[in-house]
Amino acid sequence: MMKLSDIVKAIDGEVLCCEDQLDMEVRFGFSSDLMSDVLTLRDDDILLITGLANIQSIRTAELSDINAIVLVRNKVATDQMIDMAADAGIVLITTKYSMFKTSGLLYAAGLSPIY
Amino acid sequence: MHTVFPVEAGNFTKAGNVSSDVKRMLKQLGVPHKTVKRIVVALFEAEVNVIAHSWGGQVEITVDPKQVLVRVVDTGPGIPDLDLAMTEGFSTASEEVREMGYGAGMGLPNIRNNADELKIETGANSHTDIHMTFYIDEE
Repeated sequence: MMKLSDIVKAIDGEVLCCEDQLDMEVRFGFSSDLMSDVLTLRDDDILLITGLANIQSIRTAELSDINAIVLVRNKVATDQMIDMAADAGIVLITTKYSMFKTSGLLYAAGLSPIY
Repeated sequence: MHTVFPVEAGNFTKAGNVSSDVKRMLKQLGVPHKTVKRIVVALFEAEVNVIAHSWGGQVEITVDPKQVLVRVVDTGPGIPDLDLAMTEGFSTASEEVREMGYGAGMGLPNIRNNADELKIETGANSHTDIHMTFYIDEE
């Protein structure tokens, strides 16, 4: 398990929403821009790493019980995304790193893959 | 308990609104977490299908102590080849749907994987009627 605050440090991230929940822990990382893939996951305690910066990534996370999202490559989160994340209690983090580098750093730091 | 939610065709900004409302309702009713997740994921897949492919439809939720029945019914073109549509990777989704991160041809197979029972009735240029049954898991 890895604390979200440690994840933010590892990827030089910026927290856009729900900073009060950075003590929360996640076990798995899943990197995808394909929300269809995210919806097939059965596990809990997942961090979603994605380049898909639209409300659908937030909606998909909410409906899949995913409580934390990292937006890679400096993708800009709209106000609507941040509001929706706040309503759903989803921690939203951005990083300037690519999906590959973000995933690599977090894998090395101990986040587990699902498959 | 029986509740009906309308689903508007083509309005992707609202995609997931019904599923989100149903999730809240099921949690309030005390349906166990794992069952709620299966229901909500399957329902969301079906909701996106109604928005992406149909001319409009509705979601009906019936909750009793042992099971939750989810019916998603629309008027629309129907599913011409159901066996093909149930195949992972087969998709007729538009570019717009794909840009949103969906339309990978995994919706119906994912519904099948999450529901305990699934019945699909469809007619060309008429309707699609999906009945899903979810047994309430003891946790």
